[in-house]
Amino acid sequence: MAQVLTELTAGPPAVARDQERIESETTTLVVENMHCGGCMRKVEQALSREPGVISARANLSARRVTVISEKGRRTADDLIEALAKAGYKAAPLLDDAGDAGRADKDFLRRVGVAGFAAANIMLLSVSVWSGQAGDMEQSVQTLFHWLSALIALPAVAYAGQPFFRSAVEALKARNLNMDVPISLAILLATGMSLFQTMRGSEHVYFDASVSLLFFLLIGRYLDQRMRTRAAGAAANLLGLRSMMATVVHADGSTERLPARLLSPGMRILVATGERIGVDGRIVDGAGAIDESLITGEAEPVTAEPGRQVFAGTLNMGQPLVIEATATNEGTLLAEIGRLMTAAEQGRGRYVRLADRAARLYAPAVHLLGLTTFIGWMLLGHEWEPALTAAIAVLIITCPCALALAVPAVQVAATSRLFGQGVLVKAPDGLERLAEIDTIVFDKTGTLTMGEPRLVDPQSCRDEILSRAAALAAASRHPYARAVVKEARARGLDPVAATNVREVAGAGLARETERGEERLGSALWCGVSGETGDLATLWFKPAEGDPVALRFEDHLRPDAAKVIGSLRKAGYRVELLSGDRQAAVEVAAREAGIEHWHARQNPAQKIARLEALKAEGRKVLMVGDGLNDAPALAAAHASISPSTAADVSQTAADLVFQGERLGAVAEALAVAKAAHRMALQNFGLSLGYNAIFVPLAVIGYATPLIAAIAMSSSSIAVTANAVRLRSKRLKV
Amino acid sequence: MTALAWLIPVALFLGGLGLAAFLWALNTNQFEDLDGAAWRALQDDETGPPNHRS
Repeated sequence: MAQVLTELTAGPPAVARDQERIESETTTLVVENMHCGGCMRKVEQALSREPGVISARANLSARRVTVISEKGRRTADDLIEALAKAGYKAAPLLDDAGDAGRADKDFLRRVGVAGFAAANIMLLSVSVWSGQAGDMEQSVQTLFHWLSALIALPAVAYAGQPFFRSAVEALKARNLNMDVPISLAILLATGMSLFQTMRGSEHVYFDASVSLLFFLLIGRYLDQRMRTRAAGAAANLLGLRSMMATVVHADGSTERLPARLLSPGMRILVATGERIGVDGRIVDGAGAIDESLITGEAEPVTAEPGRQVFAGTLNMGQPLVIEATATNEGTLLAEIGRLMTAAEQGRGRYVRLADRAARLYAPAVHLLGLTTFIGWMLLGHEWEPALTAAIAVLIITCPCALALAVPAVQVAATSRLFGQGVLVKAPDGLERLAEIDTIVFDKTGTLTMGEPRLVDPQSCRDEILSRAAALAAASRHPYARAVVKEARARGLDPVAATNVREVAGAGLARETERGEERLGSALWCGVSGETGDLATLWFKPAEGDPVALRFEDHLRPDAAKVIGSLRKAGYRVELLSGDRQAAVEVAAREAGIEHWHARQNPAQKIARLEALKAEGRKVLMVGDGLNDAPALAAAHASISPSTAADVSQTAADLVFQGERLGAVAEALAVAKAAHRMALQNFGLSLGYNAIFVPLAVIGYATPLIAAIAMSSSSIAVTANAVRLRSKRLKV
Repeated sequence: MTALAWLIPVALFLGGLGLAAFLWALNTNQFEDLDGAAWRALQDDETGPPNHRS
């Protein structure tokens, strides 16, 4: 026992004390695929093992990890490398939403204070109410009222600030929002109750005003937290595609710089698998470039010196040196971004449901309060009882349930969608989604998986496939990768061959004991007379005839089913793609879409959306490529898969993860259900008002009644919203 | 009446303790990663508390 005590009181171990003397720096990384406790531990362990790292703490909810390391010993890139070895994709945090996190804590503090005050005042109030029924002495009642006042005043002053500030802002802009009657009610109620306490009268409303504050703060906090979470997730997504580039100086040395420091004339070295950070001309190197980001076409284009390349495209072949002609704002990427911003502004201000309700509600409530006051005065009463009645009206009509109605439903809807891998970026995105009647899909990466797969895999013998895969493993060409993937799927475990040479635009080859093996285009493998409409890779074994490996970009597994159910539900479905006519026609047929257009550039996509809008339709755009981004911004609502370009993800209202297109149908169903439920909640709250407002006008709204009305309406509204989490929904 | 003179301050004090505890937990960022905290409770190979410098 004594030994245990000694250990407990010994203080921090010597090692920790030493560490405090070393200077440390903190790095925050975004980790994409950390999704459970096991991952969290692996991430922390992988980082802690790195020399120089003092501690690593993962945040599972935010998908981030904070690393404290000795100053200068480890760069962010080292840490990212360590995580990559452990199998986790990480990137430095680009845009820190730290401010939003602080706003959350601020709200929670106020909720805590309001909660404490509400509970303790209620403690005193319930005693007073039961005392009033029995035989509580006047002095005790007055004491309790004073205690309530002492608790209420600082609580209201601190916790009520968000509402007071918002109300003052609205009044300065000569507007009335929800917060004006709320602030008025709280201030008048507290002030009036203080006055009544000093006069020693019976009716005191501290419990009502503080409980009101408590419930309203909860509603605000939920709303705020949803935004913070969405903003944090969006910041993560951007970070995962952060743009750094390797600049080659005149003397041949290289330096890694962020994209914003690049300028025309610089030479950039783009490694295999890296995205090109500038518009420019290829100076050295050859291979293939994946331009799907810009054109939507999955098949790579040949790269050779002199060719024009664009920022955002992916280098598939050997490393390239590019001389920049346009950087940052001057690139095609930025131009598309500007198209997008213009479209977004043109969308117009969507007025949120709650604000629309506020526009009607606030003036109505004020009018009612005023009428009550005047009415009482006219009936010959003193100003005091008249004012009390008017205040009671203001409190009872206070939109406690109304302010909670929409956030509660949206939180339930958003968390239900989170659980299915759909990220809702902004609450009004969900509202707009409920109004949709037309859906426009992009093809590559949206309807399809975006990765080519082997057509008719059974026709290829295992032996052929494993040898082809051994060759293919040396290349980053999407078809080569698909061959390797198919081999792995069959359990063949391809081992990359070592003496492979790659010829840009033609294929791969290697020498074996039996002769030369080749994998590549028809010409490369000595096949003549190939029409090659469907993408084909030829494999010529050392002895024997060349074998054809055909590829296509498969539709998502549930695409046809989802399109079918959407059409059955009455949505008009269209397909707009930048890809070739033949490919789009095939895809449309397989998915069951009647209306389709091919070879669409961003401007044409927007034109089609405008045409649909002119017909009075509300369009949902589902797309992923950069060439979809302006359309995503121009549509009434938009959804993007998580594999999309970062620009598209920023433009979209919702982002869905995983392979299933069903997420789109889910989102639509949840949005519609949320809308219905929000209206139900409005109905509930108005119902409560209808019952209790007349009571308040006649003067029977005692503090007890007010408190009951408040709590029960809030609970009813929240309980209704919670139903959304488990309801069975169909489109 | 003497009972009240004791009980009310005690009630307020205890409530105040609760509020203080909540605010302390908030300030030490214990509400930031609730999912992660849930998983950590099940892990059994942690040798000590991490350095909280945030």
